[in-house]
Amino acid sequence: MNSKSPSNSHTSAYSLSRQLGVYFLLAIVFVVGLLLVLNQLAGLMGTATQEAQAVDIANNSISAALSEEPPQLDSSKTTDASSGLVLGHVMEGLLRMDLKDRLGPAIAERWDVTPTHATFWLRKDAKWSDGQPITAADFIFAWQLALKPETGSEYASLLYPIENAEAINSGELPTSALGLSAPDPQTLVVKLARPMAFFDKLVVFPTFLPIREDFYKATQGRFGSDAEELLYSGPYVIKNWVHGASMLLERNPHYWDSTRGKLAQVNFAYITSDATATLNFFKDKRIALAGLQAENLTEALRLKWPIRRFADGTVFYMEFNHRVDRLSRNLNFRKAIQHSLDMEELVYKVTKLPGYMPGKSLFPEWLIGVEKPLREEYPASTVDIDRAEAKAYLELAQKELGLKDFPEITLLTGDNPVSNIQSEWLQEVLKKTLGLTIKIDKQIFKQRLAKMSSGDFDLLLGGWGPDYNDPLTFGDLFASWNLNNRGRYSSETMDALILTAQSATATPDRMEAFGDIQQQLFDDVVILPMYERGITYVVHPQLKGVKRRVIGASIDYTYAYIDPDA
Amino acid sequence: MLRYTLKRLALGILTVWFIATATFFGMHAVPGDPLSSDKSTTAKIRANLEAKYGLDKPLLTQYAIYLKNISQGDFGISFTQENRQVNDIIKEHFPISAILGILAIVFAALGGILWGALTALYRNRWPDSVIMFLVILGISVPSFVIAAISQMFLVNINAFAGTTILPVGGWGTVWHMIVPAMVLGLSTMAYLTRLMRSSMLEIVNTDYIRTAQSKGLPKTRIFSRHQLRNAILPVITVLGPAIAGITTGGFVVEIVFAIPGLGRYFVEAIQQLDYTVIMGTTVFYGAFLVFMVILVDLLYGWIDPRVRINP
Repeated sequence: MNSKSPSNSHTSAYSLSRQLGVYFLLAIVFVVGLLLVLNQLAGLMGTATQEAQAVDIANNSISAALSEEPPQLDSSKTTDASSGLVLGHVMEGLLRMDLKDRLGPAIAERWDVTPTHATFWLRKDAKWSDGQPITAADFIFAWQLALKPETGSEYASLLYPIENAEAINSGELPTSALGLSAPDPQTLVVKLARPMAFFDKLVVFPTFLPIREDFYKATQGRFGSDAEELLYSGPYVIKNWVHGASMLLERNPHYWDSTRGKLAQVNFAYITSDATATLNFFKDKRIALAGLQAENLTEALRLKWPIRRFADGTVFYMEFNHRVDRLSRNLNFRKAIQHSLDMEELVYKVTKLPGYMPGKSLFPEWLIGVEKPLREEYPASTVDIDRAEAKAYLELAQKELGLKDFPEITLLTGDNPVSNIQSEWLQEVLKKTLGLTIKIDKQIFKQRLAKMSSGDFDLLLGGWGPDYNDPLTFGDLFASWNLNNRGRYSSETMDALILTAQSATATPDRMEAFGDIQQQLFDDVVILPMYERGITYVVHPQLKGVKRRVIGASIDYTYAYIDPDA
Repeated sequence: MLRYTLKRLALGILTVWFIATATFFGMHAVPGDPLSSDKSTTAKIRANLEAKYGLDKPLLTQYAIYLKNISQGDFGISFTQENRQVNDIIKEHFPISAILGILAIVFAALGGILWGALTALYRNRWPDSVIMFLVILGISVPSFVIAAISQMFLVNINAFAGTTILPVGGWGTVWHMIVPAMVLGLSTMAYLTRLMRSSMLEIVNTDYIRTAQSKGLPKTRIFSRHQLRNAILPVITVLGPAIAGITTGGFVVEIVFAIPGLGRYFVEAIQQLDYTVIMGTTVFYGAFLVFMVILVDLLYGWIDPRVRINP
């Protein structure tokens, strides 16, 4: 009809669209009805997120976001940062890091480490969230649990310094053989398998948190999976946990230390891995703290937000494959690359991410040596970036390897924006300076891990975050026996230094060993340190006292408070 | 009809079995495994973990155990959230995705039909051009862009109003659903608009419309009873897969608006190679898709007698 009489079709289209308008109104009525029904349904499911307000002065509470659902709050098995953040608020162990990042008392009021034993004296007023006292038996149970082969705890190896721990974890001895004893409920005596001067620094790790046996057994395998399936020893308890949506923390009335837990509530109101969405929640005054990405920085500056920076303690580096059949095994080849790459250029001109520092050493700047930072006591060596020298090393390598031309070099990397920029920069610089052709092998997480373990690379972009506050958490990485030594670097000198660092009892001797490890890594070009990662973030002006940590809860609200006058 | 239904259901079960089998072997063929992580564990600890999850057994044995378990409706425990049953994850999070999906599909279907009919009425005139331009945008702009833009828009509206007009994210009330559902349904709506438009234009030239016109029926009656009703048929055909696609494909919207739906778990499980969650969600979604397709086919026969199959 439209095609036959165009003049007529104008008027008919109008009347017909009026007809359509009636349908449209009906559709709206239908949608509104549907919305009401769905509203009821959603309400019935009990999955509603807590009402969020960045800073709520009347109720002394704040809201924040988590980047992912904490997957494992069973401290004997936990490994990830998100669970670590929550556990840092709701649990407390023997010792903890204080506001100045020094090791301090927690449930243990004092402690002593000798070459054969470590002894912890527990405070009498430390209580679980149900009011019962926390005793040495709770630690013994938790540590035995982590070592049981059936538990399958990934971090069980952190307990290996305790006598018989390794044999128990291998199923060769019963858990009762573990070198722990409690002469009285407030004293825990640890018999060490070998001298370990820094055993006290280890016990800060979540694997060492206490678990009470009767409660654990009553959860019947669901320990830590829900708010009521966990017994708390820290300043907060989980009041309400909606999986994938929100987690509400409330002050633990039985907690002993009145200097922590000043906020009545910490409401993790949103769980999302999207940084832009998190920032939108911050702008909407729903949350009190949000991380900033490079692309949000200009806006943050324009809005005059106070921007804060923090080095999160993780070091990133390029690893070489030292396996026999790889040309990256050649020292002069590695030196050629070492003399070509200017990490200051990478950090300040290429990635340009705020808070990042050019890498100079495997040991990041925050690690403490004997008294001062380790890097002040043992400064890292550096090379001058020199194209001619780099070329000379490459020619030497070519001669030694008997190559006519260099084949394509494979660089294994993750698939994310930061890695992409870096690997393209590497590709370009190495092409320009050395004439090398780099093939970038981008892989997603698990596939990259598989290739890292099987050694399917020449160069690898890797990194390491600390587990405990001692240089050894980085220092033993390139031991020939360490499975995280993905390039399979193997040197007797290095192994001997690492053994000293592990077992020497005097701190100066250990720190000297770390200084030597740092030098050996440099001389032998085992790896090339690239950068230390930084984080920038914004905090609501009325929220004070938020502590950022390198180890444990990366964001610590346990000392935070609201300042209404700010 | 009953025999046809039963036959379709039997074929559906076979399809689900095939999906389960293909996913199982495909997943195990992917390099990497659920137990690997940034930090390597010792050989002993790895062996403990493998024994715990039965990964130390031969693949075919694992497959047999697995089939036996899912036939009893047990998907096992998650690798990443060790203390949670995959069944619980689906039970808790699918209803949320479903509610969001229903709303999105209603937006998409109603919008698609209305805009499609409107563009057909105003063919080659300005309402047609404007809507078709928006349709192309809706189809080609990826949902994470639209999600981010609409969220930013909400932040600005709230800031401008000085109070919360609509929440920027979260879940629980109808106000949390509207914008995410629109974003989620947008590309389907755009697709349906195009489909509806071409289907309307095709029908204008059919014999029965001409018959109706020559009978002298009023235009509005021809439009609503003959043209619109017949034009909707192809739209209904694609609705089945679209419903499944929307309810399962919401992970971007779920992450941006911090909605605790199942889509997130589905995608994260694949990244983490969380075998049990991958299998659980894939089989569940597969069964859901198959069921929706069967349902639409049966519905189609009911709406359009021409396609009804004789027993």
